[in-house]
Parts: sequence; C-alpha cells; structure tokens
Amino acid sequence: MPLTRTQVQHIAELAKLKLGEEEIDRMTQQLSAILDHAARLQELDTDAIPPTATVVPLQNVMRDDRVEPSMPRDDVLANAPDKDASNEFFRVKAILRE
Amino acid sequence: MELCRLTLHQARALLETGEISSAALTRAVLDRIDAVDARVQAYLTVVADRALEQARAADARWTEHRRKGGATPPLLGIPMALKDEICTRGVRTTAGSKILGNFVPPYDATVMEKLNAAGGILIGKTNQDEFAMGSSTENSRYFTTRNPWDLERVPGGSSGGSAAAVAADEALFALGTDTGGSVRQPAGLTNTVGLRPTYGRVSRYGVIAFASSLDQVGPITKDVRDAAIVLSVIAGHDPREATSVNRPVPDYASVLDVGAHVVAPLQGVRVGVPREYFIQGMQPGVEHAVREAIRVLESLGATTQEVTLPHTDYALPAYYLIAPAEASANLARYDGVKYGYRWGFDSAQPANEMWEVMRATRGDGFGAEVKRRIMLGTYALSAGYYDAYYLKAQKVRTLIKQDFDRAFDNVDVLVGPTSPSVAFKIGEKVDDPLQMYLADVFTLAQALAGIPAISIPCGFAENLPVGLQIMGRAFDEERVLRVAYAYERATEWHKRKPAV
Repeated sequence: MPLTRTQVQHIAELAKLKLGEEEIDRMTQQLSAILDHAARLQELDTDAIPPTATVVPLQNVMRDDRVEPSMPRDDVLANAPDKDASNEFFRVKAILRE
Repeated sequence: MELCRLTLHQARALLETGEISSAALTRAVLDRIDAVDARVQAYLTVVADRALEQARAADARWTEHRRKGGATPPLLGIPMALKDEICTRGVRTTAGSKILGNFVPPYDATVMEKLNAAGGILIGKTNQDEFAMGSSTENSRYFTTRNPWDLERVPGGSSGGSAAAVAADEALFALGTDTGGSVRQPAGLTNTVGLRPTYGRVSRYGVIAFASSLDQVGPITKDVRDAAIVLSVIAGHDPREATSVNRPVPDYASVLDVGAHVVAPLQGVRVGVPREYFIQGMQPGVEHAVREAIRVLESLGATTQEVTLPHTDYALPAYYLIAPAEASANLARYDGVKYGYRWGFDSAQPANEMWEVMRATRGDGFGAEVKRRIMLGTYALSAGYYDAYYLKAQKVRTLIKQDFDRAFDNVDVLVGPTSPSVAFKIGEKVDDPLQMYLADVFTLAQALAGIPAISIPCGFAENLPVGLQIMGRAFDEERVLRVAYAYERATEWHKRKPAV
C-alpha cells in the first residue's frame, strides 16, 4: 500500500480534519487504492511536456484601481457562527495560550 | 395540456400571445413538485411564495408588452431551478453540505443575476453531491435524489437534482455545474439535454468553488433549443471573474435555424468518432444506441471517421489528482469562523482552542467523499509528492489537450457516449470510490481540455436513457449545438417522458 496509517494521520493534520480511528483505517485503504490507480501516470514519459495549470490563455488580469463600495458589514457578518456584541467582529476561540 | 410539460421556448411562445400566464405556469410547476417530489426528491429548497409573486410581476410586464410592444427579456416568466452550488441572495445555499447547512448568501452569483435580469423565476434549489463531488447525488448530506425513470436508481451527479427536476417536469430548465461531467452525466442518465460550455465562457463568480481550473456552469434542459437560449443568457465576460473570457456572446438559438430545415443539414460537417470511447465493459445497449446515433448523423449529411485520442485512459488518474488538489485548497475556507457550521457552538461540548474547533468543525461538517478528496489533494500537493503527483498530472493534462487539438485538425466535432452504462442502482457503488469515479470515464477529458460538450438523448438500453456526447473546439458551441439540434430534429428520443 502506498500510504501508511501514520501518513494518513499526518495529512489529516495538514488538512485540519478530525478523523475517527475507523475513518483513518478506511481512508488508508481507500486512498492507497486511488493512488495505485494514479500511479499509471508514471507510464507516460512527460520530461519534455510543459504542465497545464489552466486552459485559458490569460495572464495577470488587471482592473482599474478604483474605490468602490464593498459589501455592507452587517451582510458579511450575517452568516457568522459567532460575533461580538457590537456586530463588528468575527469571534473565534483562543488562538494563543498563556 | 399540462403546462409543466412545456419546454422553455414553447412556454415563451404561449406567454407572448397571452395564451398562458406566468402565474398559471409557475403554479403548474409547483403543483407538479407537490405531486412528485416526495418520490423524486430533486429539491433541497422550494421558494413557492417568492416564485408566485415574481410570476405575477412577470405577467404585468407581459400585459404591458402586449399593449405597448417593445422587447421582452428572453426568460420573462419562466420557472427555473438552480443547483445548490450556486449562490442565491436570500435563499439558503448548501452545496449539499452540512458545513453550509445554514448559509444564506448575501449576494447572487453572476449567473443568477443574469437569469434574474432575463426574467427567469427561481422555483428552488436542487440536490447534489456534496460540493459537486460525486456521480449519483448519494454524497448529498441531505438525501439521495431518485432517477424519474426508475426510482430505485440514481439520477447521476453531481447535478442530479437539476437533471431529475427537468426530467420530471418540476422545472422548465435548470442550471448545474460541471467539473468532470456533473452536467452531462446526469443529463445522459435522465433523458435531458446537458451542456458544458467552454472553460471561460460562463462566469463562476458566486458559484461555490470545487476545482477552479475545471469548474463550469451549464444548462440542463428539455431540448437543444432551450440549452442554446439559456447559454446566451448566462455566457459572457464578468469583470469579477478573472478567468471569464472577453469575447462576444452569439445568439446561440438563432444559429440553430441556419440551414436546419434542409434534407441534409449536416452536409460538410466532419464528425470524428474516438476509438477509445468504445471500451470493453461498456454496456452493449449503450454502444448500440450511440452507434445508431452516428448512423443518423451520417444520414443527415455528416461524414464520419474514426479518430484516436491516445491519452484518454489517463484522464481519470490525472483528473483525480488535479481536482482533489484544487479542492483541498478551495475548501480550506470552511473554518467555522466566517459562515456555516461551527462544531461545539451552542452545545454542551467543550472546546477551548481554535485549532481544535476547526478540526472538529471540518471533520464533522464534511462528508466522507469530500474528506477523501481533501486528503488526496493535500497529499498530492504536499512536500516531496508534488512533482510525482500534481505536476505529473498537469503534464498529462497537456497531453490530453493535445489529443483534442490534433483531432480537431481533421474533424469539426467528436461524438461518443456520455457514460459507459445507464443509470445504476442506488447503493451499488457507494462503498467503492474507484468504481464510482469510473462512471465519469468519458466526461473528464473534455473538462481537462476545457472544450465544450453536450449530452443529448439518443435512445434507451433496458428501458433507461442513453446520452450521446458531442464535443467541439473551444468556443465553438455553435457547431456543437447545430449538430445536436440536427440530430434532435431527426429523432424522437427527447420527447419520451418518465412515468413518475
């Protein structure tokens, strides 16, 4: 299997996903099967092939630097799971520990 | 005649003469939803009151138009459905996910703005696989939509709710999104028309992002003319969407009538049939229907030739690295801070640290397939694996695009099946992600190459619909639609309706 359980736990930490023990087992098996399939790409010699990141021939799309009204703060905060009493800020749990 | 059965263009003709009202049409569609949606389960949200109010306003405009003349917008008074991936101001938009279960967008997607401006009436939001990741709607966190042709089977996905709604006459047309086949595959499995436009043709502003180098918005309709009408409404440059391309939008519907009413409407059209789209393991009835359809194209004057797209087999592994990689970045925004679900909030579960809350929010808020793809994408992008997986896949993407470029040197369109089999049974593939991915085996390469492709009804196998896929050069939707329209005029498949 291309992936170990420890690797899966590490990826879950990078992706900020809390996974249960059973989920980690299942994920290890399923991701390994998908990566086995993806290994077929190695059959192709692509040394001289440039990568395609996008099919649109556009680069550095610029716009005029004009001041325009943005979305009202109340609208932006309307969907927040938690905000301060004055309706001005998103509220989050503590980031820094003492 | 049951009004809900009308196509968009038929309904418009009747609204124009005043034979029907938008209120009656909208009521008929809402009645149809009441009658069948408990079984089909196409809709996540229905906005009946708002729709009826807008219908009355549309009728007032039609009345005024009949008195004073002048132009009317193309969708005035037409009831429509939108996939829940598309933001609608004031109407809950979940993307089929629990993590957006309570999200009410403060703005409309550009396509919704355009539909509004064209006079369309939003009936509701349709079910889908969570964040458009899936081929059956079984990955919806709410429920599985049923195929109106057989309620034990899936409607396809991820825009399965939109396809089922149109197939069951619960909307005159719908929008879906197509990242690797999510408009075309469900259209093929439900006897509807599904068009994936060229990448860059339609703005994705306000469309919840899955894989940004692949996502497109497209119509699901009852016939080809309707697809052309809707495409003209939603296409065009959008300054808010940097990848939308600035080029004129034709009146696609009027293009259809050019040379359509002659004996050989496809005279001079060169049709390529890719060898790699007729594979072992393909359902015999599907192959038979598609081969028959190719003979119909020949009888309409087209010349056909076998072509080769040698890297077709690699589209699936390339797609399932690129799309998850982009998804893992796009879905990083769901952090339980700005909008959507937050774990442990308003509950007894104690959490005292931000990262802990974020991990739990995402672990609980996302379903199994979404987590699988975030994990796969995170891995493919992580240090030490980037070159072997993500970069490699992007190089293979170049080869896949070159296959199409070469083929289009000699032919005008390519045709093949939309899917290797008809609609499968609910539950049949849920435990095996790779088997589920194979349902998209013919719809991934076009997305990777960024070219337009349409699925249209072309027959039945074991009493279930088969889709014919027609692919064209980038920004050559006109030709794709003309070929599709010529085929449709010569056949009756699109007129068959499921007995729901």
